[in-house]
Amino acid sequence: MLADYTILLLGAILVNNFVLVQFLGLCPFMGVSSKLETAIGMSSATTFVLTLASICSWMTYEWLLQPLGLEYLRTITFILVIAVVVQFTEMVVRKTSPLLYKVLGVFLPLITTNCAVLGVALLNINKEHNFVESALYGFGAAAGFSMVLVLFAAMRERIAVADVPVPFKGAAVGMVTAGLMSLAFMGFAGLV
Amino acid sequence: MAFLKVSSPHAHGPMSTGRVMRLVLMATIPGLVALTWFFGFGTLTNVLWASLSALAFEALALKLRKRPIAFYLNDCSALVTAFLLGIALPPGSPLWLILVGTGFAILLCKHMYGGMGYNPFNPAMAAYVLLLISFPVEMTNWLAPRGAVPASELLGPIDALLRSLGIGSAPIDGVSMATPLDILKQNDALLVDDLWAQTPQFGTVAGIGWEWVNLAFLLGGLYLLYRRVFTWHAPLSMLLAIAIMALLFNDGGSSASGGGALFNLFSGATMFGAFFIITDPVSSAVSNRGRVIYGALIGVLVYIIRAWGNYPDAVAFAVLLMNFAAPFIDHYTQPRTYGHKKPNAQEKA
Repeated sequence: MLADYTILLLGAILVNNFVLVQFLGLCPFMGVSSKLETAIGMSSATTFVLTLASICSWMTYEWLLQPLGLEYLRTITFILVIAVVVQFTEMVVRKTSPLLYKVLGVFLPLITTNCAVLGVALLNINKEHNFVESALYGFGAAAGFSMVLVLFAAMRERIAVADVPVPFKGAAVGMVTAGLMSLAFMGFAGLV
Repeated sequence: MAFLKVSSPHAHGPMSTGRVMRLVLMATIPGLVALTWFFGFGTLTNVLWASLSALAFEALALKLRKRPIAFYLNDCSALVTAFLLGIALPPGSPLWLILVGTGFAILLCKHMYGGMGYNPFNPAMAAYVLLLISFPVEMTNWLAPRGAVPASELLGPIDALLRSLGIGSAPIDGVSMATPLDILKQNDALLVDDLWAQTPQFGTVAGIGWEWVNLAFLLGGLYLLYRRVFTWHAPLSMLLAIAIMALLFNDGGSSASGGGALFNLFSGATMFGAFFIITDPVSSAVSNRGRVIYGALIGVLVYIIRAWGNYPDAVAFAVLLMNFAAPFIDHYTQPRTYGHKKPNAQEKA
């Protein structure tokens, strides 16, 4: 039981990392990774949203859509659930930490369009996870996302001061770096 | 800067980049000799082709970027990358494989990031990982070591050249054999002791040949340590981490075992990685405390991927993963400079 949960968690964080192996959530990965501090803020907000959205969408599916036979509405329902969770997070962050709210600014609503969030919600249904598994899967996905986002941000801060040839400056070299990191993550294949 | 008005006596720093790189090249000699003795001349042809192509790619990149070519070629950093890649590839690899590898290493991993001193990933290891994922058949085709096959089966100098160019008939192919790490990974029926007794590739503590190759790289590494090319922090913590992991997860040699501590320390690319790869000053962590963390995590990852992952040897993957984490480690392990508060202190407060 406990071993299964550990495997699920490690699988979501490392082996099937949402960004570098499944290529979900690339927009915030490229967009919010130019500064370490913002990346840390973004990753904590995403972790919160993803875990919560994963749980909420599971509950909506199991307790609302399935009893009513409306499974075919799940994508649009999940989008709505995610938007609500993001809005809720935005309100909480604005009240509790105005500074973080200022730093995250436009990125908070961006979580709504983070395909990793919708991806987790849909994968939970596809893999027939139960309540605890959905929560863990959501948290694992978020932890993996946060880890690579923060590491990538630290690396991009270093690349920003490197003598990169002009045609490759900025996003191009960032993409190449993301590709190299994805290569490295293939080393985890087969662990779980 | 206030370094202009210093009075005599002036101490001259003897270590320039070129000198350090040439020392590293020299220190690979024992390892190269051991590899050649046990696996034939294939490694030398690897190194030869890799060196020639790396220098050509380096010159091309420098010309495109309008940098002084002779000045940068003189620092030998491209040669070091070539040597490391040539040693890591299976002996007698085909020329095209080596060309892809060095091209990727020099053009994409080094010069796209600004060249010498800026590459966030170790170019040789990034190229190795790329080749391993793209061409798994060529990359796992290791030749049998002396001792497991008669010496006449080893590649001679001419055979090795022909083989790398793809000319010649079947005998030149040599006898390929799984490496000890491969065998241990594939094994799911025999106890380790039985496997050891039945398979000709195993020697005293690790594979035949492999243990000597690792010893030779250890020797070269210790020479570099003695010449203070790098500090002891990263290599020691990596080796300790591998040993501790192997001891912790050693189940007494069942069929699922990942091998004991000595076996893991003297197998595959352990010593080569510990002294020649993770000590790369550019792509590793900078501070001593950072290097301890960096090396230890590489050791842990090496054991994890070896024991439970898909790939039998994990040094390249582990190094690449930690290259990725090195800037983050640096950010949180900045040493305090004399007379200043701890860096990042105001951020935490």
